[in-house]
Amino acid sequence: MSLSTPSSAPLARPASFTGNTVLHHPLSRPLAALFLLLLVDLFAIPGFFHLEVRDGHLYGSVIDIVNRAAPLMLAALGMTLVIATRGIDISVGAVVALSGTVAAMLIGGTMVMDNGVATYVSNIPMGWALAAALGAALLCGAWNGVLVAGLGLQPIVATLILMVAGRGLAQLLTDGQIVTVYYQPYFFIGSGYLFGLPFSLFLVAAVFIITAVLMRKTALGLFIQAVGINPVAARLAGIRTATLIFFVYVFCAACAGLSGLMISSNIKSADANNAGLMLELDAILAVTLGGTSLAGGKFSLVGSMIGALIIQTLTYTIYSLGVPPEVNMVVKSVVVFLVCLSQSSEFKQLLHRRKA
Amino acid sequence: MKGLLHTPYFTSLVTVLLLVVMLGLGGAAYPGLLSTQVIFNLLIDNAFLLVIAVGMTFVIVSGGIDLSVGSVLALSTMIAAWLLHVAHWPPLLVIVTVLALGTVFGAGMGALIHYFKLQPFIVTLAGMFLARGLCYLISINSITIDDPLFVAMSQTQLGLLGGFVSPGVVIAVVTLLLAIWLAHATPFGRAVYAIGGNEQSALMMGLPVGRTKVFIYAFSGFCASLGGVLFSFYMLSGYGLHAQGTELDAIAAVVIGGTLLSGGYGYVAGALSGVLVLGTIQTLIAFDGTLSSWWTKIVIGGLLFVFCVVQRLMAMGQKTTKGS
Repeated sequence: MSLSTPSSAPLARPASFTGNTVLHHPLSRPLAALFLLLLVDLFAIPGFFHLEVRDGHLYGSVIDIVNRAAPLMLAALGMTLVIATRGIDISVGAVVALSGTVAAMLIGGTMVMDNGVATYVSNIPMGWALAAALGAALLCGAWNGVLVAGLGLQPIVATLILMVAGRGLAQLLTDGQIVTVYYQPYFFIGSGYLFGLPFSLFLVAAVFIITAVLMRKTALGLFIQAVGINPVAARLAGIRTATLIFFVYVFCAACAGLSGLMISSNIKSADANNAGLMLELDAILAVTLGGTSLAGGKFSLVGSMIGALIIQTLTYTIYSLGVPPEVNMVVKSVVVFLVCLSQSSEFKQLLHRRKA
Repeated sequence: MKGLLHTPYFTSLVTVLLLVVMLGLGGAAYPGLLSTQVIFNLLIDNAFLLVIAVGMTFVIVSGGIDLSVGSVLALSTMIAAWLLHVAHWPPLLVIVTVLALGTVFGAGMGALIHYFKLQPFIVTLAGMFLARGLCYLISINSITIDDPLFVAMSQTQLGLLGGFVSPGVVIAVVTLLLAIWLAHATPFGRAVYAIGGNEQSALMMGLPVGRTKVFIYAFSGFCASLGGVLFSFYMLSGYGLHAQGTELDAIAAVVIGGTLLSGGYGYVAGALSGVLVLGTIQTLIAFDGTLSSWWTKIVIGGLLFVFCVVQRLMAMGQKTTKGS
């Protein structure tokens, strides 16, 4: 079976090669939305597309947006697969807080005067700390996976448990305090530059490429679609549904863990109360904006990336236009309503009836 | 024992037992805990949560979920404070307006859920965003409420059994009783249970599924805004950050109170025991004094987990016994 066509191609719609193909491509709507936003920025914000090289690093609004969108992109990647199996993971924010906390606490960093030169040393080697943080995230994912795949709890409830308790656990670890990190190498993950571009972008690209290859070059993508479209039929067809569902929750938590490292490294501290707050909602929004249906089945990794960029561009635009940042949430929620309505067949029928 | 395990009210019974054990152990460890006033304080501090959990019970029994309640509560406190402080409306009119707005907000979400077949989860999630966002549009700071009626409601102590309760508790208990009647003695209540059991069958039975579903979310919105009114009595302020995460507490209270998350089964009265369990956990942690308050969240998460798993295992058990 060939999966060379984008896994986002809707199965229900037969491919036609008329001029409509471009319009009907699943990515056309999110791309149009992003394009529209960028168009607004082009006219409304002076120097929006201006790029310059400073100290060998690329600077500019666009780079800034992409850099800030990186943690959300990672979270959205994991969420895409979960939603593709008809699930949902609302513990993403808690996992972000937890992994950031574990990493920050283990690295810590103290100043040592070495021959009059101040140097910072970490509590334990950074590699171990990162491994421990990701390990904690993987454990969270395994926990969610066991509840959903093993016990058959509804995904929203199963992940609700970790959403409540996970942040509590992170707060317990830090005693509710913000843990500051003083260890230079750690900052590289969130704010370092490689070949003139933010390092976080390379991380996102790596995760994206690995996931995309797994989804398209192996049968995994097809299996996930099958589970999302009809879990019972998929199981009867010989797909190990439970294992697959377990895997997507672990993957989602791993992405969230990595995103937590990025966030805590970027702000040079771990804030169990606020790190990743509402990130799960943004991630779900990014996935739906990217054209993945919440009903499961069809999914688009590229779409989710575009969705994350739309959200970050929207935020940036709102701030730059001088609109009070409070409007941001209202705008986002209206966008969610509109996107959901546009996915509803009942709404489409209503519109058609109006036209006729 | 085996017979008891299969009685329909088994989980509700477990919750009540859990409550008694927790209070008993707490009373043994901390002598002051079992005083009448401490028990009444459980109700005073959680009156708003009880009202919200009552509305949430209807939603969950019908097989849905409402994530917007915490934000609607915050928005209600915000609107009430703004109308009193800036627009100088009379307090009773303010309360009626706030309740009406909450009901309309809920009905709107219910209409989206029913008529456009959208998932309750995503619609109410967007509603959660919207209500919180609207809070900040009104003001990003907290607005004090100094209206005489609200202050009186906050400070009145109604003597009862040697202790006292607040008027908010009375309102919450009346709401609970009304909801119990609504759920168990009216055609509406029957329709809610039927929809939760199987929406298709409910439709075929000729029940007004659409109207009922819109009404359920409207009722939840009403309860959330009533919770907001009680909360503004309690806090005497409107603030966009009020009651963050309350939707999760409400869901936890409903589930712990013995309502099945898959819908179709549960008692409205369970909301009371659920809320009391959550309140008792908080009180125990406060009495202990050495545990940090983060433990509350962890214990609530743990309890939610245990109850979900028990529900699930019982559902599995029923299937196998029916099959054999």
